[in-house]
Parts: sequence; C-alpha cells; structure tokens
Amino acid sequence: MEPSDTELIAAVRKGDVSQFEPLIARYQPRVFATARRYARREDEVQDIVQEVFIKAFQKLDSFRAEAPFEHWLMRMTVRTCYDFLRSHQRNRETTLTDLSDPEVDWLERFAASPEDTSNNSDATKALIDRVMAQLSPEARLVITLLEIEDRTVKEIAELTGWSVPLVKVRAFRARAQMKKILETLTREKYL
Amino acid sequence: MDLDKLQQKLMAAAKAAVPGDHVPYAFEKRIMARLTAPVKVDEWALCGRWLWRAVAPCASVMTALGVWVVVTMHNEPEPQNLEQAIENTIMSGDDVAGE
Repeated sequence: MEPSDTELIAAVRKGDVSQFEPLIARYQPRVFATARRYARREDEVQDIVQEVFIKAFQKLDSFRAEAPFEHWLMRMTVRTCYDFLRSHQRNRETTLTDLSDPEVDWLERFAASPEDTSNNSDATKALIDRVMAQLSPEARLVITLLEIEDRTVKEIAELTGWSVPLVKVRAFRARAQMKKILETLTREKYL
Repeated sequence: MDLDKLQQKLMAAAKAAVPGDHVPYAFEKRIMARLTAPVKVDEWALCGRWLWRAVAPCASVMTALGVWVVVTMHNEPEPQNLEQAIENTIMSGDDVAGE
C-alpha cells in the first residue's frame, strides 16, 4: 500500500527528503496541466513546475493539513503561474495584426456564418492563444479560471488569495478587456 | 460581427482544448537533484549585494557633506578684493606660527 500524503509530509518534515519524490510523482501531472494553460513553450512550463515543487518543499512547514495537500499545492501552482505571467507580460510575442491565413479564414467563415464555424480547429486554438496573450496577467488568470475552468468566484478567491469582491471586479474588467481585444482584432480585418 | 458570439465560441474552444498532463521522463528526479544539491555560496553576488546596500548610506553622507560645505562657504566673510585675499592667505601662516 502506498503511503498517504500526510505520512510522506511527516517523513519529509522529520528530515527524510527522499520522501518528497513520491509526492512530486503523484501531483506533477496536474501541475503540468495547469502550467500549460499559462505558458506555451515547454521549457517555460517545466520551469514553472520546478518552481512550484521547490516552493512547496521550502514552505512545507506552513502546510497545516486542514485541507488536502493537493489544494495547497494547486494554490501554489496558480500563484506561481500568475507570477510567471507578470514577469513575462512585457515579452508578449504575438500581436493582433499578424494573423495567419487559417486564422483569417476562420474569422471570415465566422463572420459569414457564426453557427457553422467549428470551434476545435487549429486556427481557433491559435486565435485563443493570441487573444489570451494580449490580456493583462490578472485578466488572463481570471478568464482562465472563471470561463475556461468553470470555477466559482469563491474558488478563485481561495486559489489566488484575492478577496471575493476583488475577483468580481477583476472578472468584470477582464471581460471588458477581452471584448476590446476582439473588437481590435475584428476591426482591423473587417472595417 | 457579433463579438459576444465570437467570445463564446473562443471560450468554448478553449474549454474543449484540455491541456495535456504528460510529464517529461524522470522529471521528479530532476527536482530532487535540485533540492538535494549542496548550496553554493556565490561570493561575488554576496559582495555585490553588500555594495548595493551601502549605496544609500554613502549617498546620504555625501549629500550631507555637500550641503554642509555649501552652507559654511556662504557663512565665511567675503574678502573685499583679490589683493586683500592674497594678503590674508599669506599672513594666515604667520598668525598660526605666532600663536
């Protein structure tokens, strides 16, 4: 039988550092999946995951076992992803003016017939990446958690450490920001 | 173009594109190697950090001295002319010797 999280954490706290490895192995797929929502390049994703587990190890004494270890780790993951977005906000590579041909085709098909346009093509994914990359770090985090991962405002508040009213305000601003980006995107092509 | 519809469509597409949870081979070993590696002290970085910390106090001392010099210069009586100033300077040595 595999040792539980609590047993592994207790062993690490007593000084048996090697017991942290099963914890990493257990939760790294989830941390990788979360990090891939915020970073595109695989080396950036790996840096985020590495940072999450190093922070988790360093702050393990602050884990109080009131909630599952996974929740505590996911909070750390979301905050590390937010830090990553903030530190990389000046290096946004994509712009709204250099749309690829498939993206332009998709937008044209959407303009002609919104209902019939498929939403699982590569062009759609590229467009989403482009739009998300234009959002501010706060807006991108809120949109990802609220709209894409379908989390509640309370959950987002717990994950980010922001207050519930702040999450609401940031969600409102994020939606407005996204609408503005879409306006710019379509204005350049269709007006 | 219906922007709300476009936003909905893009969000639906983003929801459908669930990111992969695959992990590079032996990634946990890499993290463990980082965690158990002996901590190396970078003396140059340490020295640089201390020098940066010294910048503020040194700058404030320099500013205070600068202000003091300027203030005391203005308080000294101005010599009436160049001849008088040279005489004062030359005779000041005699004054000191006489004392």
